[in-house]
Amino acid sequence: MMGASALRGRSMPTTAPSSSPAPAASQATIDVLTALLEARTGQQIAAYRSWRLDTALKPLLRERQLGSLDELVAQLLAGKDREIGEHIVDALLNQETSFYRDAQVFEHLVAAIADAETAGHRIRIWCAGCSTGQEPLSLAMLFAERHETTGAPVPDIVATDVSGAAIARARSGRFTQFEIQRGLPIRRMMRWFDGVGADWVAKPELVKLVTFRRVNLVSDAAPAGRFDLVLCRNVLLYLTAETKLRVFSTIARALRPGGLFVMGAGETVSGQTPLFEPSQRYRGFYETPSSSTGDPRLRAPGS
Amino acid sequence: MKTCLVVDDSKVIRKVARHILETLDFTVREACDGQEALQCCLESVPDVILLDWNMPVMSGMDFLRALRDSDITQRPKVVFCTTENGMAYIRAAIEAGADEYVMKPFDRETLASKLQIVGMA
Ligand SMILES: C[S@@+](CC[C@H](N)C(=O)[O-])C[C@H]1O[C@@H](n2cnc3c(N)ncnc32)[C@H](O)[C@@H]1O
Ligand SMILES: [Mg+2]
Repeated sequence: MMGASALRGRSMPTTAPSSSPAPAASQATIDVLTALLEARTGQQIAAYRSWRLDTALKPLLRERQLGSLDELVAQLLAGKDREIGEHIVDALLNQETSFYRDAQVFEHLVAAIADAETAGHRIRIWCAGCSTGQEPLSLAMLFAERHETTGAPVPDIVATDVSGAAIARARSGRFTQFEIQRGLPIRRMMRWFDGVGADWVAKPELVKLVTFRRVNLVSDAAPAGRFDLVLCRNVLLYLTAETKLRVFSTIARALRPGGLFVMGAGETVSGQTPLFEPSQRYRGFYETPSSSTGDPRLRAPGS
Repeated sequence: MKTCLVVDDSKVIRKVARHILETLDFTVREACDGQEALQCCLESVPDVILLDWNMPVMSGMDFLRALRDSDITQRPKVVFCTTENGMAYIRAAIEAGADEYVMKPFDRETLASKLQIVGMA
C-alpha cells in the first residue's frame, strides 16, 4: 500500500520513496517508535531502514501539523492523546497486499476445501493479518462463484488484523484504482465491484460473506471456534522467533484436526516449531503432526 | 521471449510501456493506431497486444473487430489499456473479445499483474 500513490501513473521500478528533507529524528525518537510498534504488534522495525519511519509517518505529521518525528514522540509521551499511539502503529505496519496474491495458493485451497467438505460440517476459514481485505475478499469471490455454479455452500470467512484502520478499510470494501488492478481479473471486478468516483467498492453481498474483526495475533485469543484453514501470509516475517512460536501455537489450537495452515510464498515453519509439518496432500500447506495420521476420513482418497 | 505489440497514439505511453515490458522480458513492437497495428499483426502475430482505445485513423475497438474478422487465425491476448475507466467501457471491451483491461494511469505492478492474469508473465 505504502508508496502506491507516489508510483501511480509512473513506470519507475519500485525503489525507496524519496523523502523530502525533514529534520532527522533523534536516536531516542527512533527507539521510542520502534519499541512502540514492537510492544503492540511484535513487529521489529530494525529490519527496515530508517527512511521508512520518515516516509510512513509523514502523512500523520502533516495531519497533526507537526514538524518532526521528535515532536510526534513528544506528543505520544505526553499521553494526552490516547489515539496517537494507535495512529503511529497503523502507519508503521507494512500492509502491502493484493488480490489473489500468489494465485496458485487459491487454486490449491479450493481443492483442499472441497476435500474437507466431505466430512459434512460447515467449513470455516480464518485470514489472520488480512490487511485491507484483498485476501478474504479474494476467497469470498471464489466461493461465491462456486456457490453460483455448483450450489456448494460458501465457507464462513473470518478476517482479522491488528490494525483498526486496516479493518475499517477492509469493511468498507473500497479500493483505489491502483489496488483494484493488482491481481484481480477484470471479469471479477465487473461482477463484484461498482465504480464510485475514482474508487471501486465491493458489493455488499460480497463484503457480507466476511466477518472482519480486530485481533492482535501476539496478545489476543484466536476468534472463537475451530477452523479448517488458516491463512497467515506475510504477517510473521519480522517477529522474533519467540513471538512467532506464540502465534504458531495460537494458530495450531485454532485448527480443527486435519485443518490446514498456509503462510506466504517466502515463509516456512521448518526448523521453527514442532507444531506444524508440511502437508503430504496439499503442497505448500502445513498441518499439525497428529492430524496427518489422525482422522482417517481426512486422509487423501485412496491412501 | 514473448512478444508484445503496444498500440497507442501517445509516444510517451508507448515509451513507458516498452520500458516496463522489456523489464518483464518481452520483445516489444509499437504501433500508433489500429491500422498500423493490424499491419504489424499481418506480418507476425504477437503473443499479447496492449491496446489503447482512442486513437486516430483506427480506434482500439475497431482494431479488435478488424483483427477478429481478419484472416489471422492465431488469437493473441488483448489487454485494453486506456483512460476510458467507466464500467460501460470495460464491459464493451470485454464483450468485444478483450481478455483484460488496464485503466490508465498504470505502473509496472499493474501491467505485470494483468499480464500474469492472461498467462503471459
Ligand atoms: C504485509 S500484510 C499481509 C496481508 C495479507 N495476508 C497478504 O498476504 O497479502 C501484513 C498484515 O499483518 C498485520 N499484522 C502485523 N502484525 C500483526 C499482529 N501482531 N497481529 C495481527 N495482525 C498483524 C498488519 O497490520 C498487516 O495488515
Ligand atoms: Mg490515445
